[in-house]
Amino acid sequence: MTHGDLDYLIFECLAERTIALAHQQKQRDAGAGYDAMLTYRMSRVLAAMRGRRVRIVSNMGAANPVGAARHIIQLAREAGLRRLRVAAVTGDDVLPRLSRFLEMRTLETGEPLNRIAGRILSANAYTGGRRITEALANGSDIVITGRTADPALTLGPIMHEFGRSYDDWDFIGKATAAGHLLECGSQVMGGYFADPGYKEVPDLWNIGFPIAQIDEQGTTRLEKLATAGGQLTCATVKEQLLYEIQDPASYLTPDGIADFSKVTVHDPGDGTIVVANAGGRPKTGSLKVSVGYQDGYVGEGEISYGGAGALSRARLAAETVRRRFVATGLSLDEVRFDFIGYNSLFGGRTGVVEGEIDACQEPGEIRLRVAGRAETEAAASAIGREVEALYTNGPAAGGGARSYVQPMLAITSILVPEDEVVEEITYLDLGDPVQ
Amino acid sequence: MKLRDMAHSRAGDKGNTSCVSLIAYHARDYPLLVDQVTADRVKVWFGSIVGGAVLRYEVPGLSALNFVLHDALGGGVTRSLAVDRHGKSLSSLLLDMEIDVGAAPSSEIASP
Repeated sequence: MTHGDLDYLIFECLAERTIALAHQQKQRDAGAGYDAMLTYRMSRVLAAMRGRRVRIVSNMGAANPVGAARHIIQLAREAGLRRLRVAAVTGDDVLPRLSRFLEMRTLETGEPLNRIAGRILSANAYTGGRRITEALANGSDIVITGRTADPALTLGPIMHEFGRSYDDWDFIGKATAAGHLLECGSQVMGGYFADPGYKEVPDLWNIGFPIAQIDEQGTTRLEKLATAGGQLTCATVKEQLLYEIQDPASYLTPDGIADFSKVTVHDPGDGTIVVANAGGRPKTGSLKVSVGYQDGYVGEGEISYGGAGALSRARLAAETVRRRFVATGLSLDEVRFDFIGYNSLFGGRTGVVEGEIDACQEPGEIRLRVAGRAETEAAASAIGREVEALYTNGPAAGGGARSYVQPMLAITSILVPEDEVVEEITYLDLGDPVQ
Repeated sequence: MKLRDMAHSRAGDKGNTSCVSLIAYHARDYPLLVDQVTADRVKVWFGSIVGGAVLRYEVPGLSALNFVLHDALGGGVTRSLAVDRHGKSLSSLLLDMEIDVGAAPSSEIASP
């Protein structure tokens, strides 16, 4: 904020499951449910906002945007600000009206939502940028949302600054490209990119977050602070542009369908990267709703073996645990045996564990991991217990046994017509409100 | 030659689908990737990791391919028991694939 000459600072902080977990927190405490890091982040930036016209847009509201806004006002008061308008955008939480959607089929399995009705914990629609634009037009300095779609956090301010309307599909596509590049932390700035010997990135410990300049034509110019670590190149930009979008010509967002298939990425030689020629088509009119539900419990147990014969002992341990499950009549919905350091990432492909072990390829250490899903916590706990029992009853020299149990919070999705989601803005003011 | 010597990659996820990009370091190598790294070959390479179809999208302006791997994440990121639920490491698996640099790319682009 002090060196980047920013107009807007965006905190994009929600992953798929975050809001379901936040909702559970709110059930226990009505004042909670916003991002746990909100105080840490906001207390640092609020002081920097004094005397500067930087506005903040964030989805840190999670399951409680109004609660988050109240807390920010309090932090602003403590930071010595005299005037601040915070807008909380709500309406993404459609759990109270979920009965209207129970017949709908989930995107993942095609089965009706009804099947899991008794286990549903949360339901949040991915909303667009319109209310953010409105809140900014009404003088908000900070806009806090719930489950807004990530690119919308950038789209909202861009549409406000250039006074564009939400049926300008081509411009929305261009602004969506900017938003997509700014997502995911430092990925566009050399984060999640380094591969020593092939892709070198300096000073990852001090990596910078991206800065984007957008102009009237919807062209994005990315830049990086000179003092920050990381790297901004055509290659880092391409990786982030294509990240998670599947069909590049049809990137669905609540506000439109973006088309990145003709995007150009250009290095003008001044340390910036210019991204142009994204486009867009009309929105689908449907919004994706993420439904969080409880799906049993996950139990895990791990133990390590080292030195000569490590893999053989790990295989013996796995077989022992497998037979213990049978002998004790343990009922598991699914169980999985992994040999970390050998096949836990790609093993399904090679089937190495079942085949011959090449003595020359034997790893120096192996960590056996047993994981399973069960309906009850008791059954899930048995998994870790059986692995820990290997400490005295299993193969020689097993070490570092650990066990874990936790409820499985799964997410499924449905599509609802956008009219079913009614958003609202709540304005909270410190000092005199701006007219 | 392994793909890692010629291209870079990043994997992402959505539900039970993995999305893996393949970006040529140099634009001149793009025709070779298009020719040899077909959806079929990727499906074979990934083996039992991918339970569903593999789709390939070509992005010539970026010298890149985007692969969409269906039914590849153990029933979905939020339900999977795998160590790497999100399949983030699958980009490394793709880059481990061998291609034949001696083969000239065919004049017709191989269909995905």
